[in-house]
Amino acid sequence: MFYIFCPYCKEHREEEEFHARGQAHLMRPSDPDNTSDEEWGDYLFFRNNPRGIHHEMWVHSVGCRKFFNITRNTATYEILETYPMGEQPTITAATPDVRHEQGVQVADGGWQTVGARSENKALNEEASS
Amino acid sequence: MQRYSGFGLVKHALGHHENWERQWRNPEPKKRYDVIIVGGGGHGLATAYYLAKEFGVKNVAVVEKGWLGGGNTARNTTIVRSNYLWDEAGRLYNHSLDLWKGLSQDLNYNVMFSQRGVLNLGHTLQDMRDIQRRVHANRLNGIDSEVVTPGQIKEIEPQLDISSRARYPIMGASWQKSAGVARHDAVAWGYARGADALGVDLLQNTEVTGFKIRDGKILGVHTNRGDIEANTVGCVAAGNSGVLANMAGIKLPLESHPLQALVSEPLKPILNTVTMSNHVHGYISQSDKGDLVIGAGIDGYVGYGQRGSYPTIEHTLQAIVEMFPMFSRVRMNRQWGGIVDTCPDACPILSKTKVKGLYFNCGWGTGGFKATPGSGHVFAASLAKGEMHPIAAPFSIDRFHTGALIDEHGAAGVAH
Repeated sequence: MFYIFCPYCKEHREEEEFHARGQAHLMRPSDPDNTSDEEWGDYLFFRNNPRGIHHEMWVHSVGCRKFFNITRNTATYEILETYPMGEQPTITAATPDVRHEQGVQVADGGWQTVGARSENKALNEEASS
Repeated sequence: MQRYSGFGLVKHALGHHENWERQWRNPEPKKRYDVIIVGGGGHGLATAYYLAKEFGVKNVAVVEKGWLGGGNTARNTTIVRSNYLWDEAGRLYNHSLDLWKGLSQDLNYNVMFSQRGVLNLGHTLQDMRDIQRRVHANRLNGIDSEVVTPGQIKEIEPQLDISSRARYPIMGASWQKSAGVARHDAVAWGYARGADALGVDLLQNTEVTGFKIRDGKILGVHTNRGDIEANTVGCVAAGNSGVLANMAGIKLPLESHPLQALVSEPLKPILNTVTMSNHVHGYISQSDKGDLVIGAGIDGYVGYGQRGSYPTIEHTLQAIVEMFPMFSRVRMNRQWGGIVDTCPDACPILSKTKVKGLYFNCGWGTGGFKATPGSGHVFAASLAKGEMHPIAAPFSIDRFHTGALIDEHGAAGVAH
């Protein structure tokens, strides 16, 4: 369950009040008459879908009904910031100190990785015996 | 390979079942293969199996970062049906259904395919119009499908609430008799055992960390167990397809979402069929063990966490109680989330890419399990011949630029 800070209401509210609306900062082609099929297709259908830092648009649908953006880690589900439409994120995948490893936070606050990892040498050796 | 039979069961009972052969090897990666399949789930293993069995390509490796069938193959609601609206999708899923019918015999492995039928309920006039349209389209494509009235529904599934007291009264349904459910793990294991016996190397705990690409041609993959060469690589990685595509410098029109399912405590047999409703949005069947297997919608946001949110569980169970009020007191046992790669038109991508020799089979979204044999079969044919199989050809990635989408949101059963 997300606890999301709405940048307009200035309050943390529960996930159920919000709706995810997909990738943020999509720019509609500025010159529609001279836009190729390739560019239209990219604009309409192709998305970043990263495992890690992602910028996405949400709407506070049963609150102020305004759209805003969230920077969130799609592997850990950590919400890093929320900011109003028209503004740029202050945290991106290139920001230092952003957690990049895959995995999930477990109930006791620890960290658990998913799938085989290159450092799991012991596991691999065991499996190949 | 040790063949399984009733006689074998009796023979091994005498030895206290201690002498069964291992179902597959755990080999060291070779330096070079003819074909590498990235992803050891149902679709990947099926692809490897058909490559070796029907298309004579036996020097094949399946590279899996975790263990076999540990992703969505182990995390779905096991429904098999083919009542899709459009010709292209109907052909693909019906090809799959045809293969399901003989799969246990073909694999010499009991996949427990049970053709108990699927009901797709309609709760509004528009639902019923859509159902009639889909049923007619199905019949023109040779898929068994019929429209049933509430009275007939009551005979098929007596526990459904067809009264007018319901918040969304049931007005009718589409009924596909030949649809059903199968044992999900057995599908992966059966294909794995079959492929291994034909000489396919199943490489578990081997994570692809990059692709070796030169002059627009694929030369192999980098893994945490060294580099492996091949001139043909097929990626069948479901929710992680986007991550792989990124490594190869390709963009896919996919978004990965968590899709949750739940099972209840085991009950005595109470459901005859699979019941699905798009309108109240939930689907339910009963496993042979007795637990109710329940699913519904995806979480709306992109997520790779293999877990979903509580509001989605709540909506799911509301839908189930709307259809079957008597289940309101059933306790849920387990809940899980799989990562589904959803496509804008709710149809999969089986396609070549701009990198020569690199193929993707992905975007199955919320409905990949039913397609496991068919997807594996047509993808194997495409990899072996270097040309997309006629059934797979319409599912090319080009359709997102040409506009030839195959919109199956209505038949997909899960809104996204």
